[in-house]
Amino acid sequence: MTVNWNRQNFSGEDPERHPAVLALRRDQASAVLEVGSSCGEVWAVVSPEGAVEVLTLLRDDPALQFDFLSDLTAVHWPDRAGAEFNVVYQLYSISRHHRFRVKVRLAEGQSVSTVSGVWKTADWLEREVYDMFGIRFEGHPDPRRIINPDGFEGYPLRKEFPLQGRIRW
Amino acid sequence: MKKKPTSIYKGPGPKEANIFLTSASAVMNWSQRSSLWPLTFGLACCAIEMISAAAARYDMARFGWEVFRASPRQADLMIVAGTVTNKMAPVVKKLYDQMAEPKWVIAMGSCATCGGVFQTYSVVPGVHNILPVDVYIPGCPPRPEALIHGIMTLQMKIDGQVNFAAKPRKIEAGFRGPSRRETV
Repeated sequence: MTVNWNRQNFSGEDPERHPAVLALRRDQASAVLEVGSSCGEVWAVVSPEGAVEVLTLLRDDPALQFDFLSDLTAVHWPDRAGAEFNVVYQLYSISRHHRFRVKVRLAEGQSVSTVSGVWKTADWLEREVYDMFGIRFEGHPDPRRIINPDGFEGYPLRKEFPLQGRIRW
Repeated sequence: MKKKPTSIYKGPGPKEANIFLTSASAVMNWSQRSSLWPLTFGLACCAIEMISAAAARYDMARFGWEVFRASPRQADLMIVAGTVTNKMAPVVKKLYDQMAEPKWVIAMGSCATCGGVFQTYSVVPGVHNILPVDVYIPGCPPRPEALIHGIMTLQMKIDGQVNFAAKPRKIEAGFRGPSRRETV
């Protein structure tokens, strides 16, 4: 039986009632820093140290079953001193048809552990985040650039990177 | 009575032998422009229009731009159909260098002409930065008729050649290959 939590069990008004948040409050309360929702989509900010445990719980909990990491990306907020980067994990459950968003706030130069052991697809997604933002993932099996050519200098999706690049033709 | 000019030629006269006189350049230009073989080579959505121009409805082959060659060694014409990224630029340059002379380049569409909408860190702003371009075709993407018109324009250019071959390709001011890119 499949259950659409977003439509049937969760109205979108109170994020604390979302089943993923309930599970996190129950088992990983110390790692959860903040919970909220926007446009009916619930997100949680977790600490960098507890991120892998939180995401493993979300994948393995029988009531949640987030078996698909639909995207892993990052956002650069240069004005937020000490938390310039958000690493965003977009989760989807193929069996349960529900979504959840996990964010990790990182400072410039701070790294987070890889989740390529939790979802295999995180391998290339984390390489993309490293390529575009320069965020390093500890324990990544192949920490290389994936899109830009080898020898590329800088990280193009950082706000300070010039739009037309540094190459003068 | 006038003395008849002596000649070692004993065959029939011009009228009987169907001889006509022309210049060697004209013959060479005619043969080169009439059998332009393009390189099978597409980078983005312009390539779809190029494929359409080659397929049955527009049928480029009827003009003699006959077969798209899968090897640069057998191709005369490089149609740069699509966005050239910085990562792709060395590959495009290598394909061009592998083509035998005489060879021509058509920059098809906005991206190959000037980078198009992609004024970003990753796109070459016009393929003329890495190759000497003969004909530019505007459009995003150009229709097959525009491509056919572009190749006919190239044919007119080839018809203007003298001494059997294209003029030596002078590297224009500002031409820099990808190996000589500078960073600031």
